[in-house]
Amino acid sequence: MTSARLPTGGALDRGRPLAFTFDGKPHVGFAGDSIASALLANGVSIVGRSFKYHRPRGIWGAWTEEPNAIVDVTRNGKTTPNLRATTEALENDMAVRSVNAAPTAAADRAALIDRLAPVLPAGFYYKTFLWPRWETFEGSIRAMAGLGRVDPNNRPPAGNPQINARCNLLVVGAGPAGLAAAAAAARAGRTVFLLDDHAEIGGQLLHRGGAIEGSDWRDWARDIVRAVEAAGGRVMTRATAYGVYDGDLVCALEQRMAEPDALWRIRPQKIVISAGAIERPLIIPDNDRPGVMSADAALVYLERFGVLVGKRVVVATNNDSAHAVAETLAEAGAEVEIVDPRASGVASTLRVTHGAAIEGVVGSRSVEAVRIGGRTHDCDALLLSGGWSPTVHLYAQARGRLRYDETRAALVPMGRVENMTVAGAANGAFTLADALCEGHDAGGGEGPAPKAPAGQYRIEASWPKAGDEGRRWIDFQNDVTLKDVALAAREGYVSVEHLKRYTTLGMATDQGKTANVNAIAAMAALTGRTIDETGTTTYRPPFVPIPMGVIAGRRRGALVNPLRRLPLEAEHRADGAQMREYGGWLRPAWYGPDDPQRAIEREAARARETVALFDGSSLGKIEIIGPDAAKLADFHSYNRLSTLSPGRIRYGFLLQESGVVFDDGVTLRLADDRFLFSCSSGHTDAVRMRLELWRQDRFDARRVVVHDTTAQWATLTVTGPRSRDLIEAAGLEITLDDQSLPHMAFATGAFDGGPLRIARVSFTGDRSYEFSVPASRAASLRTRLAEKLPAFGGGLMGLEALMILRAEKGFIVVGKDTDGTTMPHDLGVVGPRDSRADEYIGKRSLLMPVATDPRRKQLVGLSVAPGEAPLATGAHVTAGAGRARSSQGYVTSSYFSPSLGRPIALGLIEAGLSRMGEAVSVYHLGPERSATIMSPVALDPEGTRLHA
Amino acid sequence: MQIFPCPFCGARDESEFHYVGEPKARPEPAGSVSDGEWTNYLWFNANPKGEAHEIWLHLTCMEMFAMTRDTATNAVVASEASARPAP
Repeated sequence: MTSARLPTGGALDRGRPLAFTFDGKPHVGFAGDSIASALLANGVSIVGRSFKYHRPRGIWGAWTEEPNAIVDVTRNGKTTPNLRATTEALENDMAVRSVNAAPTAAADRAALIDRLAPVLPAGFYYKTFLWPRWETFEGSIRAMAGLGRVDPNNRPPAGNPQINARCNLLVVGAGPAGLAAAAAAARAGRTVFLLDDHAEIGGQLLHRGGAIEGSDWRDWARDIVRAVEAAGGRVMTRATAYGVYDGDLVCALEQRMAEPDALWRIRPQKIVISAGAIERPLIIPDNDRPGVMSADAALVYLERFGVLVGKRVVVATNNDSAHAVAETLAEAGAEVEIVDPRASGVASTLRVTHGAAIEGVVGSRSVEAVRIGGRTHDCDALLLSGGWSPTVHLYAQARGRLRYDETRAALVPMGRVENMTVAGAANGAFTLADALCEGHDAGGGEGPAPKAPAGQYRIEASWPKAGDEGRRWIDFQNDVTLKDVALAAREGYVSVEHLKRYTTLGMATDQGKTANVNAIAAMAALTGRTIDETGTTTYRPPFVPIPMGVIAGRRRGALVNPLRRLPLEAEHRADGAQMREYGGWLRPAWYGPDDPQRAIEREAARARETVALFDGSSLGKIEIIGPDAAKLADFHSYNRLSTLSPGRIRYGFLLQESGVVFDDGVTLRLADDRFLFSCSSGHTDAVRMRLELWRQDRFDARRVVVHDTTAQWATLTVTGPRSRDLIEAAGLEITLDDQSLPHMAFATGAFDGGPLRIARVSFTGDRSYEFSVPASRAASLRTRLAEKLPAFGGGLMGLEALMILRAEKGFIVVGKDTDGTTMPHDLGVVGPRDSRADEYIGKRSLLMPVATDPRRKQLVGLSVAPGEAPLATGAHVTAGAGRARSSQGYVTSSYFSPSLGRPIALGLIEAGLSRMGEAVSVYHLGPERSATIMSPVALDPEGTRLHA
Repeated sequence: MQIFPCPFCGARDESEFHYVGEPKARPEPAGSVSDGEWTNYLWFNANPKGEAHEIWLHLTCMEMFAMTRDTATNAVVASEASARPAP
């Protein structure tokens, strides 16, 4: 191939040369070039190696349909993989590398693989490389598969905005049909969004030209842009509408040169798809050689980039559209010959061989000659036009159906999709006059459509046939040939969906834009069906590859799943807290820079010896208010709450209707008509939703309301034998004697000008007081309490130490010490099940057969021999040996207890409550240990520490 | 991104909503409900292809409502607030 830049021509800025490298070799292009046009201008013919066979490949097309010229591009030290050379604008100092080739595309070490082609047909990996084990070969095969290299230093910031927009009419594609539609709609006063994925509007007009309304199309287009903007719409270039979704949501990628790319989410009232059509190759032998190109693309390179793709060009075409290409290339100085299988075609001054087809391509690294009717004809470029495939993707994504049109030899839209019209080449209207007409109608235009000289498009389909000899490529990018389609048919994969996945045809980054229609026709011919009967695969977004960063937008890093933060986070950090995530909240895990294990054990020991302060602000606080509050509370909870007196607190469970424990927590009765549920930090939203649903569905919503006050209150807990002393020392005005404030009761007061609530509840098993104040007073309360700690030898305590203390007492954490099957009686709580006559959520489930199965897992404690390490959380208690070994449950919580000086553990074990004292085997990742089942309450079973 | 009609707030993106389930009458009192009836209530759904009755919650305003929606075409046929007793 001898492609080269002509001295004039093209829409380039020849005053601005740009230096770039390809596979390490330096070249020069101009501002306005794409990478592909610059490569062609520099005579580069091999731009990559085919996916499977490592055959040399050249540039085929000129835009997003490009299957071969896939490159890794380095700009400003960062490399982006798998871009299309045809769509990337050339920039100064760009380094471009071929993919799937080493060391270079021109000199690829793996080229010999092509000799193995006979044993590497489609799906070879289902049949070969299986003995002795697939894994022996898997590593090398995987290393050879794939395209491009990921650059770990290329980490774009989370700066891609997502823009929501509405308009009356969205027009996808600003070629003649799209421009006509936009003009009609805008002049009728509608807001129009006119999108085109190129840097300029015009579509085919940019390289085929055209006189519209008697003058150059550019004048006509300029008026339309003004009309669209005047009517409040916008014209967007470099904007690719890549997907249509439910509710007529259209997503578009807008590439913005000076700012990060944007994702547009557009809700139009109506949509016009005027996305044009894509030229198909002819399926002739060795049609994948460098120098074999799309005829239309050759015209693009000449007209828009001033590049002549060859000096002696053969144009093989079965339709009228390629003749203009041949003429224009000849005018530019190439020797051009046309080969047309039809008996007659467009009248031409060039040499035309009718009724003939190309029988083969000579030359392995580039086209050297073609064989026609037994003779060999020297040439350096072969341009193919097998017809045009309407770009129906967005229409088909919206579930539009397609039908095969014989006259046009194309799959065209059939039937209507609500709110959507397809117009122009996308609808099979391949002439300029027809496209303008359809666009005008689609835009709701009144009166005559814009005028252009009449044209004609005739084609004689030349689909692949059963029995076609030689290696003929259908999918260039995934290296799938006609023989592979025949193989799939022979093996029974005759459905197009099977054909696709068995051969991988249409599954590469180009998604078969130049391959799918030929493949369907081939399968139809091989199985004696029509193209309509064979059908197409399902169309799915995106139409082109979209960077993940654009889809994610700003939802990256900490914004993916934002953690909830405590009002006192700054104070905790100032105190040296190590913050970790618990149930969606960021909370202090322990304090100080010491070894975590030592710090945690010290905090736990100190809390039992004297006094500790910890932050419980994240616990849910949901109020149920109203005359029917008690009714809702009773129905919602396993434990009856209507019998709770105002001023008192009750611990209980919330069940699912399946009887499974869903949450636990304490409830405060603030008044006859007011309850406060204090649920687990991670379940607050779920509990609130549940309460809302039942409130609206079962109760009179005017007589009870649900109010989530979690964020309004901050809660600090003082716990330990010296807790009362510390609170007195802090000078808070509350009566702390056990008569006034017994365990499981609360009192109200004032602090710092706001309300104060003190609840005597204990998650540690020691005397404990929970102080709740409005979040705005949290800091002053913390100061008041914390400054007294040193006087008692007390300290701050994090979650990790708290977890040890509660486990010593057998207090569960729902979701850790319970699983998706645990019911309240498995935890030893049977009172409500046995005594409640009224309905509550989950009641009936507690009496189902599965609920009374004696082998249910029950919560117990597990102890190990003195001096041994704690059991592993998740370790299984097993019975039986060898192949008969089975799990009887597992360890749910396990810690070293500094207060007891030995390990403690909780677990859910089959029939555990009736196996007290039994020695069991515990298995964890290999080794087996011995443990003894005991009560879950390892410390202070009589509960005297609560009142100490 | 389907659009659902909250009876109170109007047309909103589907991401603002939570699917609660099929409308079902809760069998009670527990003492008179067979194992089979309760199992059906918990686990079996009509799950029709075509027009389906669905209970949804609009998370933005926390109101529960009933929607009739075609599960094959995603078309929303009807949407109504739950009945409220007269004042």
